[in-house]
Amino acid sequence: MIRENSLYGPLDDVAADAGHLEHPPRVGFFTDTSVCIGCKACEVACKEWNLVPDDGFDLLGMSYDNSGMLGANTWRHVAFVEQDIPLGGQRTGIAELPTGPSGTPVMTEVVAARLRHAERGGSELGTNPLEVHEPPQDLGMPSFSRPGDDGADGHGAEGRTDFRWLMESDVCKHCTHAGCLDVCPTGALFRTEFGTVVVQQDICNGCGYCVSGCPYGVIDRSPLDGRAHKCTLCYDRLHDGLEPACAKACPTDSIQFGELDELRERANRRVATLHDRGVTEARLYGEDPDDGVGGTGAFFLLLDEPEVYGLPPDPVVPTRDAPAMWRAAGIAAAAFLTAAVGSFLGSRR
Amino acid sequence: MSTSDVDPARLVRHGRDGRRAGAVQREVVPAADFRSYYGRPVIKAPVWEWKVPAYLFTGGLAAGSAVLAAGADLSGRPALRRAGWLGSLAALLASVVFLVTDLGRPERFHHMLRVAKPTSPMSVGTWILTAFGPGVGLAAIAELLPRRLRPTVLGRLLRRSARPAGLASAVFAPGVASYTAVLLSHTAVPAWHGAREQLPFVFSGSAAAASGGLMMALTPVEEAGPARWFAASGAVGELAASKVLEERLHPVVREAYTTGRAHRLRRCSEGLTVAGLAGTVLGARRSRAVSVGSGLALVVAGALQRFGVFEAGIASTKDPRYVVVPQRERLVQRSHG
Ligand code: SF4
Ligand code: SF4
Repeated sequence: MIRENSLYGPLDDVAADAGHLEHPPRVGFFTDTSVCIGCKACEVACKEWNLVPDDGFDLLGMSYDNSGMLGANTWRHVAFVEQDIPLGGQRTGIAELPTGPSGTPVMTEVVAARLRHAERGGSELGTNPLEVHEPPQDLGMPSFSRPGDDGADGHGAEGRTDFRWLMESDVCKHCTHAGCLDVCPTGALFRTEFGTVVVQQDICNGCGYCVSGCPYGVIDRSPLDGRAHKCTLCYDRLHDGLEPACAKACPTDSIQFGELDELRERANRRVATLHDRGVTEARLYGEDPDDGVGGTGAFFLLLDEPEVYGLPPDPVVPTRDAPAMWRAAGIAAAAFLTAAVGSFLGSRR
Repeated sequence: MSTSDVDPARLVRHGRDGRRAGAVQREVVPAADFRSYYGRPVIKAPVWEWKVPAYLFTGGLAAGSAVLAAGADLSGRPALRRAGWLGSLAALLASVVFLVTDLGRPERFHHMLRVAKPTSPMSVGTWILTAFGPGVGLAAIAELLPRRLRPTVLGRLLRRSARPAGLASAVFAPGVASYTAVLLSHTAVPAWHGAREQLPFVFSGSAAAASGGLMMALTPVEEAGPARWFAASGAVGELAASKVLEERLHPVVREAYTTGRAHRLRRCSEGLTVAGLAGTVLGARRSRAVSVGSGLALVVAGALQRFGVFEAGIASTKDPRYVVVPQRERLVQRSHG
């Protein structure tokens, strides 16, 4: 039996929909990227608490990013984006100073070459390091020339740009309608009483369906043990009334843990404040229960389009189309049977 | 200031290969206008390897062969019946091997049987296969029963239950042939999810063509009449559905099918299907050689079709363009509508 909005659309009580009759309120993360300083304390705390294996320590050529993407072995991932535009409302005075361009175009070039040769197009990041055969390359640092330096070193007035550095700590979204959970054929992935989505490691048989069911590229199968892994929102800590390790470790409160309803209110207030202060590019991502996954349990305040951080701009849980797909498959099956029956009737001897 | 006020030329926009960065290579095709995180994929490339498309193919073969075997049983065509059940069982065993060995933890394959989950096509498929498999096995073993064992009690029991068991399997066979399309489409993979309305018809058509082809190759022409009809109608259906599939796709996602390895595989499949269809219609009734030739062409075409569709899906995950461009377009349309 399918209850209303069980597959798609807003869902008030996701834990009850999954069969938890009595349960604590739904919890989640509000990750406010506007205060993130890129310290990666969340990445480290997560690895320590959850004993997540390492995924390579090299810088990737993506600014200061050295994990690249969420994956089986990266449950918090800090993204770094260098842009030659000013942070809204900020008067850095940079436009008046002689500065060099951000490193981004040259980085993209170097990274693109590496991704092209990667077995999974670079989506293995967060699970395995990329195989890189070239020696390390110097991509430069975001830097200023000294006042008074002339154009001879290419950093003269004509090369002046603004600059902002976006950082975002990404994590599993703990979707209201979770693509990973819906497709899991073993029941290894389940909805907890807190409304979060967790893999039971003793059940998972590594079929890999969840990897392709997730519209955010979060969960992955580990080549180390053949099973799927992702953020558990520190299910063990929640049971003991503790907040997740990443939120605990975050020194700027960029990662805020709490009851989802309360976090949504707080996030809306924060956006209003930022807009008042002239940061009009601040926007929330994932907090809307009317979006393609029914809203996420972990949502974000971003300062640019989601795709700039590597997030899908309009993700949809594939389950939305399950009824239509089965209808099409049913018609195709009927056609198949009709063709078979017709073949025998047509070739009667 | 909002980002929309910013001169777009100052935002770094780039395709997967960093075309915007210039210098490295000159592209004839202009770079699609979209933004990404260093060209890194947005979603994970599937962890499935070649065994999955191989399974999609053998599953279809098992389903079609079973349907033909059941029909042959009812219409008194012993050679077609025998080839059908044996072919079906062989394809089914191959399917199971592919499915189990593609797991990260093959020894836990039976965990699939601990739940029945309508939202998971893999769970639905597991149960369809569980309903389909035993009957095929029984019917095939009955075909193999040595003559001297037939009069024994066990032999008589086996031969008597083979027909109902086989017919019951045939009822589930169409599901086996078409559910694999939902298996692929029920994912975030743009080329699979985008093709969700047409893929069941492509796969069912291809299953009919390939299994009809296999039976044409294995059965004398006098008995292979239904196999020829089945193969021909399947081939026509597959060709048509395949065309519609490409036409209806978002133009960017379509490129996953019309470029690269997916394109080559599917063009070969199409060529072989057309050739096999022509042979089936024109000459397979009279000549065993033509029958075998066109039948095998359809079998190979069926395999190439699955590998082609599979490759298209993989390609559409490795380049963020396939994910970002259609989604961004949706957002723009919604904000205008
Ligand atoms: S679908 Fe992806 S983002 Fe959503 S809960 Fe599953 S792994 Fe997390
Ligand atoms: S890999 Fe494990 S968690 Fe993922 S869908 Fe398969 S059984 Fe479920």
